[in-house]
Amino acid sequence: MSILKPGLLRAVLGAAAGVLIGAGGLTLARGSGMDIRDGQILALGYLLALLGFVVGIGAFRFWLPWAIGRPVDTTAEHAAHGTAGDWRRYFRFTTDHKVIGVQYLVSAFLLFLTAGTFAMLMRYELAQPGLVLGKEGYNTVMSTHGAMMITVALISIIGGLGNFLVPIMIGTRDMAFPKTNALSYWLLPLPILLVAINPLLGGFDTGWTAYPPLSQQANLGQQAYLMAFVTVGISSILSAINFLVTVFRMRAPGMSLMRMPIFVWSLTVTATLALVATSVVAGAFTMLLFDRVLGTSFFRPSRGGDVILFQHLFWFYSHPAVYIMGLPGLGAILEVVPVFARKPLFAYPLAVLSFITIGVLSFMVWAHHMFVSGMAEFFHIPIMLTTELISVPTGIVFLSALGTIWMGKLHFKTPMLWVFGFIWAFLIGGITGVYLADVPTDITLSDTYFVVAHFHYTIVGGTIYGLFAGSYYWFPKITGRMYSERLGKLHFWWFTLAFNATFLPMFWLGIEGMRRRVADYPPEFAGLNLWVSIAAFNIFLSVAVFVFNMIWSWARGPRAAANPWRAQTLEWRCSSPPPVENFEDIPTVTDTPYQYGTPGTAAAEGGAAS
Amino acid sequence: MSTLGHIYATQDAAAARRNMLLGVKLGILSEIMLFGALFAAYFVIRSESGGWPPHGQERPELILPGLNTLLLVSSSVTMQWAVRAIGRGQLATMRLALRLTLLLGSTFIVIQGYEFATNGFGLTDGTFGSTFYTLTGFHGAHVLAGLGLMAIVAIRARRGLVSAEHHTMVEAASYYWHFVDAVWVALFSTLYVL
Repeated sequence: MSILKPGLLRAVLGAAAGVLIGAGGLTLARGSGMDIRDGQILALGYLLALLGFVVGIGAFRFWLPWAIGRPVDTTAEHAAHGTAGDWRRYFRFTTDHKVIGVQYLVSAFLLFLTAGTFAMLMRYELAQPGLVLGKEGYNTVMSTHGAMMITVALISIIGGLGNFLVPIMIGTRDMAFPKTNALSYWLLPLPILLVAINPLLGGFDTGWTAYPPLSQQANLGQQAYLMAFVTVGISSILSAINFLVTVFRMRAPGMSLMRMPIFVWSLTVTATLALVATSVVAGAFTMLLFDRVLGTSFFRPSRGGDVILFQHLFWFYSHPAVYIMGLPGLGAILEVVPVFARKPLFAYPLAVLSFITIGVLSFMVWAHHMFVSGMAEFFHIPIMLTTELISVPTGIVFLSALGTIWMGKLHFKTPMLWVFGFIWAFLIGGITGVYLADVPTDITLSDTYFVVAHFHYTIVGGTIYGLFAGSYYWFPKITGRMYSERLGKLHFWWFTLAFNATFLPMFWLGIEGMRRRVADYPPEFAGLNLWVSIAAFNIFLSVAVFVFNMIWSWARGPRAAANPWRAQTLEWRCSSPPPVENFEDIPTVTDTPYQYGTPGTAAAEGGAAS
Repeated sequence: MSTLGHIYATQDAAAARRNMLLGVKLGILSEIMLFGALFAAYFVIRSESGGWPPHGQERPELILPGLNTLLLVSSSVTMQWAVRAIGRGQLATMRLALRLTLLLGSTFIVIQGYEFATNGFGLTDGTFGSTFYTLTGFHGAHVLAGLGLMAIVAIRARRGLVSAEHHTMVEAASYYWHFVDAVWVALFSTLYVL
């Protein structure tokens, strides 16, 4: 095998060459007396490494000949789509959306475990008063945990399950731009690696929010995080464009917008949010990077800049980002509910409308993160009202799940258990959100563990419960094997009990006044914190059960039928796993995919498994 | 897998064209938000300073940027001329119009480079220098990207790969170019004039 063949080896070599040229070149220039800062060396080294990696993996090997008018090698292009059963396609620049989906999903779970390990380190530090990792060490661990988990929540469902399932669910053979799709995935490894090694660059203290002025003064690890975040943002924008074009232009005959599976609807709104909001934060982080690397003064108050401006720009993205994380989870939950309640999805049109309303409103609530920032006073009340307003569409989505369960013929398989777990956790997350939306209570509770608890109840309750529900539900489709129901239930109960034991007491700690993002605390909080740490370690152990179940079942589980759940969305009309081109012939859709409870009805014709 | 060709065969040219153009429009939407963030920063910082430009700094003269505005606006016209020509199958006219657009765009970049070099203030000169160079620099990078797209179209046209039936790329480049042009008009009126 030649090292010049496109692939992982060449990508790694390309990245190394990029570091050598970028960082090495600037270091030499500094050696010869030029005024060059460490941050500039890191920036140029990273940019060229990213370029080298993406070129090395072969992302441009079809576009470049096309651009200069050479004939495109169609055989190679088809080969890039991958051959069924070839494991090596998962480590290459493969354009099949199913391969990319699995790449995203497995990467997201690996990142989930890494970020979880950082969480365990945090709980290790916090188990008793006093310092173990040290203040700087704790800050870095906390920030890295946050940065990584945010990435998991952003990419796992839409990138993993979404890439694998959306083209099949709307009845087409691939995404609109398969090569761009693969590029979106291969843009991710390097920034994620950079965040993982940020402790080597001195770590960073700001948490994922990166507020200046601290983020302007902090170590190189801070800059690593900023650059990584912008890269993930670019990947996310490319992927959003791809999803939207696919959904709006490539649906099967008869698949009107109001016959789309609710999961696809939730991802459509998610992609729209990602498309519109992400470039704002990319702009904000770029300005912050310019402040650090090039000496501008956007956020330097000493030179006329404005730190509150950064918070506005940051939250203008990052509040919609909470819905970019949450909506795919809600969509997966609503997709699972009708199948295991054997009833049509309750109020489907209203649920769709609610997703859209959440999407629109999410752009009008960002400043509720800034009630204590010192922003303009007149802004408090309008933002409080819009924030409370957004609970109405969210509540309707909730009612859609409850209404489907009501009087249904319930099957308590593992995915359905996660639905019930979601209902409990998200309910608590939603109700406690009201106290943080109200200005007077928020001013008291701001920056306490109440916020930590609320945030984890919404994002774990919304995204991670949805991710687990979806992962179990679609596991047979993705792998062609059945998972172990017994281990799945063990995972659910262990995780749910441990999760609630961890985060419920945090509400109490927060009301009592324990500050978040601090390595040490007064001794009167010692008892509850020890309890929380023990419970948190149990979350980690329960996830180990999940990991074992997935790996073991993927290798040894019993073969899955094409439609083990007797579900009606189109992906269950393909074999498990689906063939390379999904459908032998494209199916014709005749109704919404939720025709349960009436014998002999079907939502589509054709598209039989090959 | 003998059936692999399906994916490419079933995505016929018309569908591929619609997909591409929608993709470009969505990409431009995202770019509008990027410039929105930069403009927001500019206006916030400017409104908080006690007078603009702050600290007795001087804005650049209007002559060169004014000329640049004329150049870029005319280049939008020639770009649209290229789109019209190729739609009617007039390949030679399209190539002429495209070359004119490339020439106008490149002249814009050269003049802007000269302006940057002779302005007398730099990126690090307070909020004025920061906003001025970041906004115009981001725009300049977009102009360069647009010129790159047009160069690709020109190379492919020279090899006879662009025709009345296959000219999605010309249209895509034109959408992008008009967007870049519109951003410049906004930049010119806020950074230089108002």
